[in-house]
Amino acid sequence: MKARVHITLKDGVLDPQGKAIGHALGNLGFDGVNGVRQGKVIELDLAATDRGAAEGQVEQMCRRLLANTVIENYKIELID
Amino acid sequence: MKAGVIVFPGSNCDRDVMVALEQATGRPPAAIWHRETVLPDLDLVVLPGGFSYGDYLRAGAMAAQSPIMRAVVAHAEAGRHVLGICNGFQIAIEAGLLPGALLRNAGLHFVCRDVWLRVENAATPFTRGYRGGDVIRVPVAHHDGNYFADPETLARLRGEGRVAFRYCAADGDAGERANPNGSADDIAGILNERGNVLGLMPHPERLADPALGGTDGRPMFTALVESFA
Repeated sequence: MKARVHITLKDGVLDPQGKAIGHALGNLGFDGVNGVRQGKVIELDLAATDRGAAEGQVEQMCRRLLANTVIENYKIELID
Repeated sequence: MKAGVIVFPGSNCDRDVMVALEQATGRPPAAIWHRETVLPDLDLVVLPGGFSYGDYLRAGAMAAQSPIMRAVVAHAEAGRHVLGICNGFQIAIEAGLLPGALLRNAGLHFVCRDVWLRVENAATPFTRGYRGGDVIRVPVAHHDGNYFADPETLARLRGEGRVAFRYCAADGDAGERANPNGSADDIAGILNERGNVLGLMPHPERLADPALGGTDGRPMFTALVESFA
């Protein structure tokens, strides 16, 4: 089973990289971009075949290493 | 004072801080490789600056999981002292020794220059070589030094005297123009609740010898020696 973890900065946490991307899009002529937030995607190839077990395992990974929950949110997507 | 410096893959200020410690103590500190699991008997553990693990995932995140860090956390929990400088501050935060987070600099630039710091709490073993309100010149060199914490944590840090250093102008005035990275409340260095862990982004070890162009960083090391005499 594969899992995809989406990590994004929490609302209210300054994202200077997202802001810079927004400026660059404006310079390229893309109007109407009200905001840009950037994050990261981590793909995991897991031995687990049970969805519940896999989700629990990835949840622990997110809390202990993959995300810093002081500043980041994470979303786990399981792919069969 | 018995001091030790943890060496991670990608540490690059380990030697500098060892020189500063040796000048202050008269003997070389222990260099401890990150794969070790046990610390020798030490008064002070230093987490040095650098780019441990190439800042992969988040600055300090991988190093915080190193085998030696369990022993460093236990050392701190036993009330012994830990000093995290720059990447070492990032590692201390990722290891849960200090609250908050260090974000990408607000201006996005890697900032490498001398800054002015105001000593906010001179009643700690790390800072008692200064007087409260002293303005000192210390270099910074980082990309992720933008201190962030939720408003409750910031209020606690302020209320409990746990802001050790703030960025300021040469005349001691705080404010946005003197803040090199966008840190909340101009925070450059903080203490843990018990006061035995200090993390700061600036590098006192880089201005601790006249040959380096200044000695404003030296009192931190001499004060630690006096504290553990």
